Amino acid sequence: MSIKKTSLNNLHIKYGAKLVEFAGYQMPIQYKDGIIQEHKYTRSHSGIFDVSHMGQLFISGSDDLTSDLEKIFPADLKKLKTNQSKYSFLMNNKGGIQDDLIITKTSDGFLIILNAACKYNDYKVIKSKLDNQYKLNLDESLSLIALQGPEAKNVLNKVIPGCDSLKFMNGNNYVYNNEKVYITRSGYTGEDGFEISIKHSDAETFVENLIENGSKLIGLGARDTLRMEAGLCLYGNDLDNDTSPIEANLKWAIPKSRIETEFVGSEVLKNQFQSGVKKLRVGIKPDSKVIARGNTKIYNDKNQEIGKVTSGTFGPSVEHPIAMGYVDNSYSTVNTKIFLEVRGKKIPANICNLPFYKKNYVKGEINV
Amino acid sequence: MSEVKYSKEHEWIKLDGEEATIGITKHATEMLGDIVFAELPEKGSNVDKDGTAGVVESTKAASDVYTPVSGEVTDTNQMIVDDPSKINEDPEESAWFFKLKIKDKSEMDSLMSKEEYEKFAKETSA
Repeated sequence: MSIKKTSLNNLHIKYGAKLVEFAGYQMPIQYKDGIIQEHKYTRSHSGIFDVSHMGQLFISGSDDLTSDLEKIFPADLKKLKTNQSKYSFLMNNKGGIQDDLIITKTSDGFLIILNAACKYNDYKVIKSKLDNQYKLNLDESLSLIALQGPEAKNVLNKVIPGCDSLKFMNGNNYVYNNEKVYITRSGYTGEDGFEISIKHSDAETFVENLIENGSKLIGLGARDTLRMEAGLCLYGNDLDNDTSPIEANLKWAIPKSRIETEFVGSEVLKNQFQSGVKKLRVGIKPDSKVIARGNTKIYNDKNQEIGKVTSGTFGPSVEHPIAMGYVDNSYSTVNTKIFLEVRGKKIPANICNLPFYKKNYVKGEINV
Repeated sequence: MSEVKYSKEHEWIKLDGEEATIGITKHATEMLGDIVFAELPEKGSNVDKDGTAGVVESTKAASDVYTPVSGEVTDTNQMIVDDPSKINEDPEESAWFFKLKIKDKSEMDSLMSKEEYEKFAKETSA
């Protein structure tokens, strides 16, 4: 299979991107400034992320669509207003997460944003669970661009006037270059921001317009450090087929109104709601400067293995190593002392609250 | 006269008499990206040619630092432990990693000259 390029590939090269393969696409890991500068620019100004590799699945059909989708997803879709978005999951029968996603109600159905590495499988799974009367379109004629950071609203408003009135987790149609674009106020960095779904042929000039207004292109490397500081999960690292939303500490994304109802994986989840879970995702702060990466083993003070790190890096804004992972539930309380095995040594660390970095809307606040 | 040589693992080594100063090359720092952590060998410890003698980590990944020659570690550079970003700024001068008393000067012979290393770095990163 040949490696795919997004509509911004030439722009990535023009701005000095280091390109890597990610989920079958050639993507920028970083540009000339490097991960730390890109991370900090997003936190202090605004950053542009090419997320066109992610799936944009449009589903439309009859009035029964909402209740049929509720049989798949544990979200309260009936309560969703047009243009409103919710974070949810595609689960398997064991309650394991096949993908984490954002569902938005559109004028004629739903738009679901899927992870790049999962999108084709998600499409197959969702299609197999829905009646043939519905139209499913995994639209590959659209680019997806995220603009994140405190200045995102000002930058975007200069290019597409009016979008600053969007509320968080809400979307709407706008016009750019006489073409329809769909914008939602959302993102995955812990900052205010937007995701813009736009025709491939307009994507490059749109991004150049954002750059002219002071924003900068940011690579996947900084996207990863930003989401980790914000305590957000990366599918494949922190979430997988063997982990449920309850174990992932994402209980908040399952509305109470849905717990007693049926959806894929509902039996396991209902059981976990009642009896609790064995492992739980937690934030981890090493005492020293040592970085614990994914797959680092976690021990208690009696040298017994109690879990595993799933993501870890150096947090450029909190200026300290940060990690998240799964531990035996009895060790999940904040301030529990744990040990991380890095290069044969046991590094002391503490269970801590997530996120590591919490945005204060007046100014940034650091939570380490 | 000091002699500077380079290893395939992207370390540089400067030999003054019996004292060797070792660090990582500018090319290595460019491949690693922003360095956020450095671990150095213990002063007084003995390290063997091509053995692990430290670690550097970027925001992306950890990489071992190898010693291009054997010897006893006589000094380490605390500056790069306190501020690892110095390695990106000045890798081949002030941001050296450690010094050692060389055991066998003939181990220098198998290492590359500056020209050879530059050619090697260009070929391997292409």
